[in-house]
Amino acid sequence: MEELGIFVIFFASIFTSNILLTNFLGMCSYLSVSRELKTAWGLGIAVVFVMTVTSVANYFVYYHLLVPLNLEYLQYIAFIVVIAALVQLVEMIVDRVSDRLYAALGIFLPLITVNCAILGSSLFLVIRKYDLVQSLAFGFGSGLGWLLAIMALAGIRSKMARRSKVIPALEGPGIVLIITGIIALGFIGFSGMVQIN
Amino acid sequence: MVNVFSIPAFSLAGVSGFLVPALSIASLATFLAVLILIAERYLMDYGEVDLQVNDKTFKVKGGNTLLNTLKEQKVFIPSACGGRATCAYCKVKALSGFPEILPTETPLLTKEEIKDNVRLSCQIKVKTASAIQIPEELFNIREYTATCESIVDLTYDIRLFRFQLIEPPHIEYKAGQYIQFQSPEYGDVSESVYRAYSMCGDCKDKDQIELMVRRVPEGIATTYMFDHLRVGEQVVFTGPFGDFYLRDTDRRMICVAGGSGMAPIRSIMLDMTSEQIEKRKPIFFFGARAKRDLFMVDEWREMEERNKGLTFVPALSSPEPDDDWDGETGRVTEVIPRYVEDLSDCEGYLCGSPGLLNACVDLLISLGIPEERIYYDKFE
Repeated sequence: MEELGIFVIFFASIFTSNILLTNFLGMCSYLSVSRELKTAWGLGIAVVFVMTVTSVANYFVYYHLLVPLNLEYLQYIAFIVVIAALVQLVEMIVDRVSDRLYAALGIFLPLITVNCAILGSSLFLVIRKYDLVQSLAFGFGSGLGWLLAIMALAGIRSKMARRSKVIPALEGPGIVLIITGIIALGFIGFSGMVQIN
Repeated sequence: MVNVFSIPAFSLAGVSGFLVPALSIASLATFLAVLILIAERYLMDYGEVDLQVNDKTFKVKGGNTLLNTLKEQKVFIPSACGGRATCAYCKVKALSGFPEILPTETPLLTKEEIKDNVRLSCQIKVKTASAIQIPEELFNIREYTATCESIVDLTYDIRLFRFQLIEPPHIEYKAGQYIQFQSPEYGDVSESVYRAYSMCGDCKDKDQIELMVRRVPEGIATTYMFDHLRVGEQVVFTGPFGDFYLRDTDRRMICVAGGSGMAPIRSIMLDMTSEQIEKRKPIFFFGARAKRDLFMVDEWREMEERNKGLTFVPALSSPEPDDDWDGETGRVTEVIPRYVEDLSDCEGYLCGSPGLLNACVDLLISLGIPEERIYYDKFE
């Protein structure tokens, strides 16, 4: 396989291999925090930030700690520990630095600790053998892709809440999953452009 | 032939095969934990800040939630969910020092409350000099330790508990208020819970409280109080809470209660002077199913004799054949109209189950008491 440019990885992780719409990771918070655009934006930005930071941190943990010690099989537990600690640190920093930022973003950080998209992105960069810069581009791009997906859904949901009558059997997660499926089908249209898997 | 040298080498490899992963994960976790501790030490240290509550100013350590900061200053804000932003009991009015409203608060506040700067004290943190406003009576709320002094069976499922206060040694409360009793961990129950019980004693006895408790099948706190609590043991409770107390007017009083709902009514009646009782002519309707659910009748008859104006009306809804009952029969809502007609000059004091209360509120309104003059304490 030829070496992928970082821009290809970046755009592919947003569109053709969107972590949510093609890998279905990070669904829980996607479904529960997508009622309003404002909160979806807050959570989405928090995901972008945490995903970028943890991808880089876990790159170092994997290649500079686990690989030299032949402990690759411990990647799951190591990644989770790193993610949890980093999220807590970031929350404290945000809390200290800016109340406004804390109200808009910090409050969502604990929710993200258990978001599987974050762990997923760290695991993908190992599976796909990215180098440091590629990992950075991939983490940042995947975060943006997740943000794009939740904003699209939140936009549709808030419009739907005002105008549409949903049949009772499909109310709540039912119709949301159907909408997500249709958006995902739309995103498959991009996949002809580039494949990073 | 066994190569003796291979044995120690083998076991060493086995040990290191186990040690290296364990050690590396442990050291990674330790490193991150130390990082967080350092960050906590330097980032979360806001020093000492001034917290003004109504007209008092406290010097407090900054960085904690308002609810916990106040608790450290012995100011107890009601809270039932333990700071998880679900019960919405811990609302306070923030005057200054708190940043904009958090997304975790908005679902639990009304538009008017948001406009009024009402906040959830479990969500906002005290970081700079701040000022809040709370109802003055919350200052009175303390955590008390007390000794169980006596346990008396009133009926087969209602008991009277008397507690002698240890620390603080005195309690100031209005007759009709309640406390939150802390049921400790016991037996298979591994959580400590708070349950509200009305005080039923005379509030002039400041060194003790009395509770009337009905056993709730499978109830965590009542099972503790009925099956585990012994005379002489220590308990913890906080209080007093509640706005069910005697209003200072000259209006006639209609009191209605069922079961252990007698507690606050008894407390109010014990607190009233005989002149007050003569002037306000309280009628107390007490509903029970059968004679075995009836209690303290002698005490109420005695009170009637001592105080001109008081009428006690026990009513049995379904007396047993061998109850030998010659008093009122029927539900309280059927009995009340037999005694009173126009209640437009009255105040209503009700306490009991939601079913009883809702029926009685409707009846009293239809008999002419304005709704805002009906005070009640609903057991839920």
